[in-house]
Amino acid sequence: MEAGTIASAGGRGSALHRSPAARLPDRVLRWGLTALSLGVIALIAFFFVKLILESRPVFSQVGLGTYLTSADWVPNKALYGALPLIAGTLITSAIALVLGIPVAVATALYITELAPRRIRGPLTIVVDLLAAVPSVVYGLWGFFFLIPKLQPAERWFADAFSFIPFVGGTVTGPNYFVAGLILAIMILPIASAISREVIATVPREHKEAALALGATRWEMIRMAVLPYARGGIAGGAMLGLGRAIGETIAVTLVIGNAPVIGHSIFQQGYTLAAVIANEFGEAASDPLHRASLIAAGLVLFVLTLCVNAVARGLVLRAERGRRPPEMAA
Amino acid sequence: MSAVAFAPISARRRRVDKLARGGVALLTGVALVPLALILYYLLKQGLGAISVRFFTTDPTGAFLGDPGGIKSAVVGTVLMVGLATAVAVPVGLGVAIWLVEFGRGSKLAHAVRYFIDVMTGVPSIVFGLFVYITLVLAGVGGSSFAGWKGSTALALLMLPIVTRSAEVVLLLVPNALREAAYALGAPRWKTVFRVVLPTALPGIVTGVLLAIARAAGETAPLLFTAAVVNATALNFNDRMNSLPALIFQNVGQAQDRLVTIAWGAALTLVAMILMLTLLARLIQRRSRLS
Repeated sequence: MEAGTIASAGGRGSALHRSPAARLPDRVLRWGLTALSLGVIALIAFFFVKLILESRPVFSQVGLGTYLTSADWVPNKALYGALPLIAGTLITSAIALVLGIPVAVATALYITELAPRRIRGPLTIVVDLLAAVPSVVYGLWGFFFLIPKLQPAERWFADAFSFIPFVGGTVTGPNYFVAGLILAIMILPIASAISREVIATVPREHKEAALALGATRWEMIRMAVLPYARGGIAGGAMLGLGRAIGETIAVTLVIGNAPVIGHSIFQQGYTLAAVIANEFGEAASDPLHRASLIAAGLVLFVLTLCVNAVARGLVLRAERGRRPPEMAA
Repeated sequence: MSAVAFAPISARRRRVDKLARGGVALLTGVALVPLALILYYLLKQGLGAISVRFFTTDPTGAFLGDPGGIKSAVVGTVLMVGLATAVAVPVGLGVAIWLVEFGRGSKLAHAVRYFIDVMTGVPSIVFGLFVYITLVLAGVGGSSFAGWKGSTALALLMLPIVTRSAEVVLLLVPNALREAAYALGAPRWKTVFRVVLPTALPGIVTGVLLAIARAAGETAPLLFTAAVVNATALNFNDRMNSLPALIFQNVGQAQDRLVTIAWGAALTLVAMILMLTLLARLIQRRSRLS
């Protein structure tokens, strides 16, 4: 864009000879946008620092160790042990992964490899629509439909398979399993979308080679598609896990909100996000209670940060594999 | 596959193949069950609540007697999401333009992208908590809970979605278009506003619509920033109702009429979000890029 030697071609005010005044909008745009971008970084930094500062009373009065390992969450006795909440978050998320990921991978495989071409587009849209249903509507549905309808089946399962650890025992209406099931439905679209993207990157040659060697379709999937896409699928699962950990309202409505660690997956519990949503109102007048809720938010933030970092790494590595072989050579 | 020169596939392998493919198709069917069930229940429970009066009266919150409609919640959702969009879109788009047009490849761009990624992963309730600490508790603007504080939380949520989707589309704009503009003597800003943005517009609009759809359904960040009220508020410094918050509030009430209101509100909310989502997909399909 420098004027160079043909500058004489233009007169005053032409594009090639731009006066300093004419260059001003460019400068304004460049530095304005840079400032905006720096502002976003500053905002996130402020966000993190603020959460730490505001949760400090917990760490000075209760202690970080006690907060993370004590199982007594009794706000009106000033006991703040977040272990039941952390356990609840991890248990429900684990159930969500176990139930949701196989289904997500199956839908991805079906849409990319097996479905008739005509129904691939519509099927993709329908699976993505699951992501459009708001969290509170999942909660509403879970509360009035899933909990009552599932309870007989849960009772039967708990009796028949009581030898499996964490299954037998009493069954409460709202419980870890219902929360995990709803989370599984909620993470399905994201996990499925990532799996689909990664499966689409499997080189056609690998698949055709498998088929040419006489593999059946399923053997082709097992030998050529899955090994290639494994990393990316794991990344998609981790992204889903990040969602599940932070999900609030749907879980709040179906987990029972009891600050205890249930003895089986069919008993009620509590999660970090749910406790914030439920108790912030009463905590407004109690600084220590408020700080302990903010600390719960901080733990939640750090958990999702770690999970998402791993997820990004996995997906990025899987997508790097997509470069055509000539570039690797 | 004519089996002239090849050994036929054994019956066992054939069986495994059939079983596995059937299993995959079956699981795909399972994935569609929840959506069908949710939509069915929404229509079954929600349609009965819907009438003109449902949209033109405020909820009364009365446990006995007339529960009213959902006017304040619809108005609040539209206003708060509107304000959040008005803030998040220019900022998010600005950051995306900077990332693609000015910062490409720089260290700072990597840092910005990383922070935007971090922001994407932050649970919405934590954004709500942050706004609660910094704006509600501190009583900024002379109010405790207020509509604009709810909008702030929603804008924080929308910002990374807008930026990430816009960045992807801006990267797809062919460099030849930019170079042609420069060759014609267009300054950089004019190239950005008259060439790059119009080319990328459909994709950007898709991203914005999806961000709006996401924000409209959020409950957690609104509960302790905008609160739940019955009266319609038009002033952003007042407490504002919203559809998700109203639904959440009413689910907890052991009163059939309030629950019916919640189903009607849920049906309204899902209809709004589905329309936005489908519109976004339609625009995406029409776009020449991607």
